[in-house]
Amino acid sequence: MSTSPTSDRIRRFAALVRKESYQAVRDPSTTLIAFVLPLILLFLFGYGVSLDTTRTRVGLVMEETTPLTQSLAASFQASRYFAVATNRDRRVFEEDLVNGRIRGILVIPASFTTDYAAGNHPQVQVIVDGSEPNTANFVQNYAQGAVANWERQRQALMAEGAPAISIEQRFWFNPELTSRYFLVPGSIAIVMTLVGTLLTSLVVAREWERGTMEAMMATPVTAVELLIGKIFPYFLLGLAAMTLCVLLAVFLFGVPFRGSVVALYALSATFLVPALGQGLLISAATKNQFLASQLALITAFLPAFLLSGFLFEINSMPTVIQWITFIVPARYLIPSLQTVFLAGDIWPMFLHSIAVMLTIGAVFFLAAARSTRKRIG
Amino acid sequence: MTEAADRAELVRLADVTKRFGDASPALDAVSGSILGGEITGLVGPDGAGKTTLIRLMTGLMLPDSGSVSVLGFTTARDPAAIQAAIGYMPQRFGLYEDLSVQENLDLYADLRGLPKHERAATFDELLTFTDLKRFTGRLAGKLSGGMKQKLGLACALLKKPRLLLLDEPGVGVDPISRRDLWTMVEDLTKEGIGVVWSTAYLDEAEVCDGVLLLNQGKLMFAGKPADMTARVEGRVFRVSGVSGRKRQVLAKLLDEEGIIDGVIQGEALRIVAGQGTEPAFRSAGDGAKAAPAPPRFEDAFVDMLGGGPGGRSRLAEAQQPLAGKDDRPVIEAKGLTKRFGDFTAADGITFDIQRGEIFGLLGPNGAGKSTTFKMLCGLLKPTAGEGRVAGFDLRRDAASARNQLGYMAQKFSLYGDLSIAQNLDFFAGVYGLSGQRKRERIHLMNEIFDFGRHAAQSSKDLPLGLKQRLALACAVMHEPRALFLDEPTSGVDPITRREFWTHINALVEKGVTVLVTTHFMEEAEYCDRISLIYRGRSIALGSPDELKTRVVTDDQPDPTMEDAFIALIRQSEAETRQAA
Repeated sequence: MSTSPTSDRIRRFAALVRKESYQAVRDPSTTLIAFVLPLILLFLFGYGVSLDTTRTRVGLVMEETTPLTQSLAASFQASRYFAVATNRDRRVFEEDLVNGRIRGILVIPASFTTDYAAGNHPQVQVIVDGSEPNTANFVQNYAQGAVANWERQRQALMAEGAPAISIEQRFWFNPELTSRYFLVPGSIAIVMTLVGTLLTSLVVAREWERGTMEAMMATPVTAVELLIGKIFPYFLLGLAAMTLCVLLAVFLFGVPFRGSVVALYALSATFLVPALGQGLLISAATKNQFLASQLALITAFLPAFLLSGFLFEINSMPTVIQWITFIVPARYLIPSLQTVFLAGDIWPMFLHSIAVMLTIGAVFFLAAARSTRKRIG
Repeated sequence: MTEAADRAELVRLADVTKRFGDASPALDAVSGSILGGEITGLVGPDGAGKTTLIRLMTGLMLPDSGSVSVLGFTTARDPAAIQAAIGYMPQRFGLYEDLSVQENLDLYADLRGLPKHERAATFDELLTFTDLKRFTGRLAGKLSGGMKQKLGLACALLKKPRLLLLDEPGVGVDPISRRDLWTMVEDLTKEGIGVVWSTAYLDEAEVCDGVLLLNQGKLMFAGKPADMTARVEGRVFRVSGVSGRKRQVLAKLLDEEGIIDGVIQGEALRIVAGQGTEPAFRSAGDGAKAAPAPPRFEDAFVDMLGGGPGGRSRLAEAQQPLAGKDDRPVIEAKGLTKRFGDFTAADGITFDIQRGEIFGLLGPNGAGKSTTFKMLCGLLKPTAGEGRVAGFDLRRDAASARNQLGYMAQKFSLYGDLSIAQNLDFFAGVYGLSGQRKRERIHLMNEIFDFGRHAAQSSKDLPLGLKQRLALACAVMHEPRALFLDEPTSGVDPITRREFWTHINALVEKGVTVLVTTHFMEEAEYCDRISLIYRGRSIALGSPDELKTRVVTDDQPDPTMEDAFIALIRQSEAETRQAA
């Protein structure tokens, strides 16, 4: 008979991990999902998608020409956010706005100088295309910003006496509000979801489809050994993909890294627990690669994208949806990762995230272990 | 070891019932036992419950009622103890195709807890035994079907099991490898190992020590195969020298009193008489000789099922006789060659098939018969050579050629999510039937094949026999001049197979031309001529009797089709080696 139950167990586990690693290395789809897809995503978010507006084309209507309005117009033209065309008549721009050649019309009204002199708050009309709310918002905000800037400068010039209405904005941690700084750490969470959930659910479902699971089950291997042996290599693979993303983020995209490597790995490793657990659960429930991939995309990938605060503010979601976000593991990882990158280590926040992610992970693992009994049909 | 210990009971099945969903049970109160030191054949057509029974023995599945005990453990209580002591080879290749032969062996050695110091010797022994030594570095996915099965066997044997469960090890394996496998397994029984070998080939049952015969979840027979064949002893005849066309004679004989079964065997007929009858073989003509023949397992099985179908084919009766326009062959292949990259799947295949002839492409899986077949139905473009169907060149006029043929591939051709009625309607449309004629033909198919109460059922849920009938109905609805049959009856029960060939035989008598691929030796006997395809080339062409005569030796005075097949392949291999 065999030596001892424990050494048998360790040997079986090592054999499963070795086998899985061989397969992962030899299977082109693993490389594709673990390394090529993350690169594509990262480049997409690093270069392709930008939530910043740069040089939006607008039309500037000057209904009166006075030194005051001209100085305001100069302030708009100097803004790095606008490419400004000027005219006296707003009708010239209306058609351009409708056709999308410009994104907005800024109108300095005929009464501007008089109002300003009277000490009233100067009014600049902003006309935007409401069918593109994001762009419309940007145009509006940046126009306001430009006006505020101009006012501040006037105040400095005039020293005293002029109406002092100024809103001073100061963004901490990301003073230039570069969205890339937000998106790149966030996309690391997406990449780990891909490796942890999608890839894992695919490889386990594949064992069911190909009949190899059945052959394994008829050996002395236990269900737990089978599961852990299966996911261990993908745990390492997930961390490897994450490392690749971080290196690119820091050295290629110049995202600051103000936290510690320890925090980064602690958070990422914890996040992989629910991600892998979900992958296992999906594959154990479907036993079919096509279904598994669909389910992984819908229940893991999309929520990580949409419900994690990665692209959309959770605070501005409807209440019910906000509740749902509480069970999305990425919701806890993304803010923490962003903090590691942009602010530094804030351990109370990290520990909270880690605790929640571990809890969600435990639920997934229990459910997966329950549905992966050593039984067929 | 004493005889008693040798033949110890390893598995006891007591009233085992297993259901999936609401359908009729996959296994219905099956009782029996499996002994050590023997090969027990688990025999029956596809869907009979063989795989379910094997899975129940592994403890991977539990019975709904009754009990399965293996090596003294009950599967419901001690599956782990059972799994530690058995070897199991699932029907689908259960090994990792992206691992090499050696890596697969290492994995299973670890999983089965084979001690390190025994490994070198065990690997060496098994690799020699399975003749895989030269291939240890090769990925399992790149092995041939036969080598895969041998590797599967090696992995199952790593830690000498007391019970070895093999689920259809002979499927997808050429006859030579099949024989090798069998010999290996026979060696194992000498060490007292009990082997379960499941199969849909009834001829494999004859060489087993014991048999469990399953049909539709019911145990039909348990015991020695000789006891099974004994029931038809003295009732089996080989009728030769018939006057007239053998297919017409067979059809008439089948309707003669006292005859319960009959098949074509080369130029002769194999006839089984009913219990206590003295058949007169009137339809065979005065010159015919009926000699007693040794009974076979299949004869007994058909007898047990109440005899085969009669000889009438309403399908053929409804068919207009096809008069030949000229003497040109209906199907011609001239030097058909297909290359995929640097791999030549078919190499200069040449033959022609006359009107009203059944022509068989026989060969192991992957030999090139399907490639040849696909080129002739215009599904694959030949790299070189030409093919014609009903005079149409397949390169220039594949569409017209396809209109002249009916295609039936039992495994793939039907839409599983469509009902019988929808499938019939769809295929009638595809073959250009419409209006009155379409309605008539569909009505006729429903009547002939008796689809009636199943018509609305999704075809994927149908029993295999019905699927097979539906596939035939869809292929012949437009009265094609040529029928292309791809493995038409593999895995179906013998009654359905006989029904099928009754239709085909009668259609051929009406002038329909048939091209059939098969690796099933009995089916080959129905053919007028056979081309034996091996490694992309046609290595022999002739009638079944001619091919058999070619390999007659002193050791083998009366070779079967399978013997002929193996001998011819060996000859061809020897010639290739000499040439090289």
